[in-house]
Amino acid sequence: MQIRPILSTLRHHKLTAILLTLQVAFTCAIVCNVAFMVAKRVQRISVPTGIAENELSAISSSGIEKGENMQARQTADLAALRAIPGVRSAVAVSYSLPLNQSESSSGICPSKQALDRAMQLNSIDGSGCVQPASYDGTPGLIATLGLQLVAGRDFLPDEYVGKGKPAVAIITRALAQKMYPGRPALGQSMYDGDHFIRVVGIVDTLLRPALRKPGVDGDSLIWPQRPDGSGVTYVLRSAPQDRQRVLKAAEAALLQASPNRIIAPGQMQTYTQIRRAYFQRDTTMIGLLIASALGLLFVTALGIAGLANFWVQQRTRSIGIRRAIGATRGDILHYFQTENFLIVTAGVVLGVVLAVVLNLLLMTHYELPRLPLWYLPIGALALWALGQLSVLSPALRAAAVPPVVATRSV
Amino acid sequence: MFGYYLDLAWRSLGRNKVLTTLMVLAIALGIGASMTMITVLHVMTADPIPGRSGQLFYPQVDPQGMEGYSKASDPPDQLTWLDAMSLLHARKGVRQAAMSAGRVTVVPPQGATHAFIADARYATADFFPMFDVPFADGGGWAASDDDKHARVAVIARELADKLYGTPHAVGQLLRLGKYDFRVVGVLDDWNPAPHFYDLSMGSYAKPEQVFLPFETAMELKQGTQGSMMCWGDFPTDGDMTKANGCAWVQFWVQLDTPARVASYRDFLAGYSEQQKALGRFARPPNVRLRDVMQWLDYNHVVPGSVQLQTLLALGFLLVCLVNTVAMLLVKFLRRGGELSVRRAMGASKRAVFAQLLVEAALVGLAGGAVGLLLAAFGLWVVRQQPVEYAAFAHMDGAMLAATFVLAVCAALLAALFPAWRACRIVPARLLKTQ
Repeated sequence: MQIRPILSTLRHHKLTAILLTLQVAFTCAIVCNVAFMVAKRVQRISVPTGIAENELSAISSSGIEKGENMQARQTADLAALRAIPGVRSAVAVSYSLPLNQSESSSGICPSKQALDRAMQLNSIDGSGCVQPASYDGTPGLIATLGLQLVAGRDFLPDEYVGKGKPAVAIITRALAQKMYPGRPALGQSMYDGDHFIRVVGIVDTLLRPALRKPGVDGDSLIWPQRPDGSGVTYVLRSAPQDRQRVLKAAEAALLQASPNRIIAPGQMQTYTQIRRAYFQRDTTMIGLLIASALGLLFVTALGIAGLANFWVQQRTRSIGIRRAIGATRGDILHYFQTENFLIVTAGVVLGVVLAVVLNLLLMTHYELPRLPLWYLPIGALALWALGQLSVLSPALRAAAVPPVVATRSV
Repeated sequence: MFGYYLDLAWRSLGRNKVLTTLMVLAIALGIGASMTMITVLHVMTADPIPGRSGQLFYPQVDPQGMEGYSKASDPPDQLTWLDAMSLLHARKGVRQAAMSAGRVTVVPPQGATHAFIADARYATADFFPMFDVPFADGGGWAASDDDKHARVAVIARELADKLYGTPHAVGQLLRLGKYDFRVVGVLDDWNPAPHFYDLSMGSYAKPEQVFLPFETAMELKQGTQGSMMCWGDFPTDGDMTKANGCAWVQFWVQLDTPARVASYRDFLAGYSEQQKALGRFARPPNVRLRDVMQWLDYNHVVPGSVQLQTLLALGFLLVCLVNTVAMLLVKFLRRGGELSVRRAMGASKRAVFAQLLVEAALVGLAGGAVGLLLAAFGLWVVRQQPVEYAAFAHMDGAMLAATFVLAVCAALLAALFPAWRACRIVPARLLKTQ
């Protein structure tokens, strides 16, 4: 295929060709960035929590009467909940569950020296101290949540406390590695300012209730502490398909055990609902970004097809002449395809530059990370494919022009 | 003349239906996407209290210790109980009110088993007149009720209907937990968006159902909610009025003239000096006094994601416009013969130019109409989302008009270059070659 005649034809349609190139360039720039944003968000919403997500449900209850004996209330409630058919296990927690937004956290240090360093620096950064999210719950929490204990043991019954600070804790592997890099964390004593807390177990993963940034989202610890407030959240484990039924039965069982409580309708959720609610904004944004990228590609395809159609119409006579002097259908087809390829290539080259510029602009204003370079060739490939697809039908029409047209006047 | 141009445009557009449809569709998609996002942005940046927003101010003082102090640091977003009460009793503004979000257990007349939790606002008397709150029945409480710790309440119309079956609930008893309150007022529908007076409950939070005098609520230890910033000790007995190291109270003051604003600023600085002399404050006076719109701006009420979406939609419109420019260009240049005849018969360049622009405007109008449908659909999709600002995503008259103006302007802008280009042809040459 000779490129020179195509280029000299395009020189006659300079303006339209430039406009089409611009359109392809803008589309390429925007679509590359949008694809990157979508990928970032998909990565965010697929973060593992470390718990048996599709077998859990949670129901929160808050007492109306103050001064009730909360420990006795919980024991009775748990017995009633465990009696529901289909419930494999049940525990009570104060309020925190991964991704349910209710977080309590406090600073904790690997040693007393680290704490002194933190006091000196007047900041927690660089001292070795961290701010993990803390979870509490009644005995059986680890098994009910389905956490994977990778070292050490679960809490012993006599380690549980109601009020006050417990003396032991189970921490996540991420937290262990951060606090005691290169050393076994099991058996170490952490310092929280006035107590030493011994690490008795390490679990694989347990995500925070509210995400902060990738490096610290897995920093959690579990206290052997029974919920103490008037509000409490019961976590139930059952077969995935039983969860809705179990929640309804749990509400009835709790109200029967004591009517002096409030169970808000929004506080009875399967874990799947909790997770979905947490990432609602992200899923909406993903939908919106994909819709706009598709819209953009659609408009560009329309533009390419529309112009190609017009050019075929305009050149019907010259196509006829070329056919009459020996060009095959394939030659004509390839002519239009190559022409499109040249325009899209010019657009893509410009678009790749624009994509990087746009990314830099977004980075300064919206704290977006840098666009990985491998998005650019993929974006280019997509636009080439789009261009070839949209030019196909006009090019086929051009190839079908019979040579006899050359002899007619248009 | 205009009618003739319209007729010509209509014929020309009808001649190549595919190209016309493509142009209308391109403009409509761009307009639909942009108008959806611009409407959402317009609603989100709206003035929550028009007419008053320039007179309502949010004072901030800095009672923190010297740790982490730098000259540029902003004071806490809220006040301590002590500072809020001092500013309140100083009465330096036309009106002033201290407030906090709370939650109460409402025990309906049917009994405790039907109890539910409602969002509450604990405020001082000026809250209602200062924010122009509309009443369906009764009114707010008096400043003397604040001082007496009176057990009175103002409730929202929705709650009155729910509890008593009527909005005329003044004089009824409202049971909250174990305490009884007398209803003195029922609010009419009131939903300022953004929820400017307390952004810590969510920028587009729903208005509260129960309003109680601040000091009464504190005396009865009703629970507060919202954000709290502590740098000192937290009271273990839950008595928030003793939390001198925690900022959790919002405070608004009404100042009618620039002179009063300036003197209030001086008053805040003076107050800080005085507290520093007393040893309560450690930092040099660090005060702010922002009006409603400045306060919303300072708190970045419009989420970055909405701005990003608007930007994206405008980028989309740009691509659609480039597309339209290219299509108009081929459309106009192709009519070189027709335009040459018109020029040869005496039409001026300007007349030809105007005729082409009329044609483009017609495309713009059609694109605007289709775009409006798309925007209506887009807004419907936004309203289905469980984000807190979703309910406000409606198109008003101004936005409706803006849609058409934007569409026609966009089409005219896109047509300028192609039309100019088409006018430049030399009639004699084109006519000769035909």
